[in-house]
Amino acid sequence: MSLLEITDLKVHFETDDGLVRAVDGISYTVDRGQTLGIVGESGSGKSVSSLTVMGLSRSRNAHISGSIKFDGKELLSASDDDLREIRGDDIAMIFQDPLSSLHPFYKVGAQIVEAIQTHRDVSKSQARDRAVEMLGLVGIPEPRKRADAYPHEFSGGMRQRAMIAMALANDPKLLIADEPTTALDVTVQAQILELIERLQSEFDTAVVVITHDLGVVAEMADEIAVMYAGRIVEHADTDTIFAAPEHPYTWGLLSSIPRLDSPRDEELVPIAGRPPSLINLPGGCSFHPRCPYVKPAHMTTDPLLEPVPDTPRHRVACLLNADTRKQLWRELREGTAPVDARARVMKDVAAEGSAVQAAGDTGSTLTQASGEGRPAAATEEAGT
Amino acid sequence: MSYAASAAESGSPAAAGGGGEPLMEVRDLVKHFPLTSGIIFQRKIGAVQAVDGISFDVMRGETLGLVGESGCGKSTTARLLLRLMEPTSGSIRFEGQEIATASGGRLKRLRQDMQMIFQDPYSSLNPRKTVGTIISEPFAIQGLHTAEGERKKTVQELMDLVGLNPEHYNRYPHEFSGGQRQRIGVARALALKPKIIIADEPVSALDVSIQAQILNLLRDLQREFGLTLVFIAHDLSVVRHMCDRVAVMYLGRIVEVASSDQLYAHPRMPYTGALMSAVPVADPRLAAGKKRQTLAGDVPSPTNPPQACRFHTRCWKAQEICQTDDPPLEVKEGGNVAACHFPLTDAEVAERVPTARAQHRQG
Repeated sequence: MSLLEITDLKVHFETDDGLVRAVDGISYTVDRGQTLGIVGESGSGKSVSSLTVMGLSRSRNAHISGSIKFDGKELLSASDDDLREIRGDDIAMIFQDPLSSLHPFYKVGAQIVEAIQTHRDVSKSQARDRAVEMLGLVGIPEPRKRADAYPHEFSGGMRQRAMIAMALANDPKLLIADEPTTALDVTVQAQILELIERLQSEFDTAVVVITHDLGVVAEMADEIAVMYAGRIVEHADTDTIFAAPEHPYTWGLLSSIPRLDSPRDEELVPIAGRPPSLINLPGGCSFHPRCPYVKPAHMTTDPLLEPVPDTPRHRVACLLNADTRKQLWRELREGTAPVDARARVMKDVAAEGSAVQAAGDTGSTLTQASGEGRPAAATEEAGT
Repeated sequence: MSYAASAAESGSPAAAGGGGEPLMEVRDLVKHFPLTSGIIFQRKIGAVQAVDGISFDVMRGETLGLVGESGCGKSTTARLLLRLMEPTSGSIRFEGQEIATASGGRLKRLRQDMQMIFQDPYSSLNPRKTVGTIISEPFAIQGLHTAEGERKKTVQELMDLVGLNPEHYNRYPHEFSGGQRQRIGVARALALKPKIIIADEPVSALDVSIQAQILNLLRDLQREFGLTLVFIAHDLSVVRHMCDRVAVMYLGRIVEVASSDQLYAHPRMPYTGALMSAVPVADPRLAAGKKRQTLAGDVPSPTNPPQACRFHTRCWKAQEICQTDDPPLEVKEGGNVAACHFPLTDAEVAERVPTARAQHRQG
């Protein structure tokens, strides 16, 4: 049995503008000692899904359905008191912004002591010893002295380390790290990533790391789930995601980042347009307005996350058939532009002349980018 | 004069990628922010040495990258280059003219040729002005295109150029997405047809797919207009993609300058090596084989920087001389200009820096 089992989780928020489908039916599992990376752009629902595991997205306007099983126990139906028992004890979380997640009025040591005493029946001095031990473990120099410092006396990297010390003080079984290094310099980021890895191997903690940085997940994660518009569109082990990705969105992400291991003058291939509003999702595959390989059927049929033939652990939500996807990726990897790859591989549908294809035809980023923010408009323009 | 400058002038590999002729020459530039104590009688008790004696050239038509950890003085340098701040001492020459002491009308004329793109597309645009007004603001300040209708036409051409719909002339910033706002910022910077644009973290507030759109836009514009770019970013893979030459800053000083390829494959200063080693690589196979070189501790305070080589407190190669003698910026093996007594050897680099291995594999 997996430590964390999420099945068909949906989190919808009612707002004045309409129903926001922040998370729209995702399922995944995480085992002990394993690291799952969740990647996606802002607004893809990656943070909301993990806040829901902690019971932090409960509110009057939130409609949550599906199932979250932690260690066999259902969390969605658990009472607030039960959740409070689990939070910070069995499941801990590291937030993105260490400055706003530590209380400015209390000493760092005191905040960790509070976290320990909430869940453990220990004396204050025992809790304090544990807090000092944890601060030392995460690499804060002179931990006994620094435990009496206030958060503002710590640098950004030290605050993040203090957060990790607090999160790990009760030996959690699951650690959720939401953009743990986004606010930090690369040098400090390297320190923090190494720290999480070391602590994970020592305590066999399961880790869910949420980030938009593909480099971070490449270094940390065993498995990666790519989220787009509230859904998981691709899920596979880390090597597969980077070596043989199957979803056009994943291809887009991989070719929009400059890579240190590719020639310097290589052109970036951005994804046209921008993520859709979660209130008015496009019909069919939500990625279709930005997808260079769209067929008319994709605008009406909703793809399911299904295993890739021959590799059952690799699942993808794409309506293209598996052979086409493999050929497309082969072309892209050799540096073929998406439009040309489409023309070469998808001969049968090239004649249908999709809008996106036409928009991409100009090849220039200037023109392509004019569709940003109004993919639908780009479609119309190209059609006329 | 420092070696950085002389090397650049002699056309050594450190200056590679430029058009040969310097557009901007910076010499011994210093900016100290005084720290005071007392409310009525303010006494000076120290200074934040934000920029402490840097010299470099920006070549015509090149893209020069400035990298370093937060607090190393890169943004202060950017602001000094445009004279948005008064330097404490030193000289900045733009096409041979001194900027550091220019004032009044002369400074205003000089500023026509120098523009800036800011980091945050949300706070750098006035929410109460329309896009048309924002982009035409430089014309209003400089008194250009005053004829009726001419200004609007020019602005709409600019909007088209950066990939915005010219019909959105009368819209307000909040009606645009982050990426589009950054395009507005780019259009505003281009309005006066500047010779140099200084971009301070232009893409760090954007999502990856949008980031690539803006990076491509900047590259296309640069090719089209022969712009000179000073590009500041903390994302080292973005800097490598964009820049011909890169200068690495640490605690207010430039510690290494080299062509992009050389710097990323063969860093000489151990600090640069540590930066390169820390960059997460989006390739699990490369990442797995890497011996990550993590720097211990944090950047020391710029109010009281370490003596001699400022990096010695965190350097794994530091010896006694590093604490007593300030290493000069000089040409090292491979053409990098670096300030270091014990520069990294290629073997040490190959072990720690995945990019070095990647290039090796390709070659």
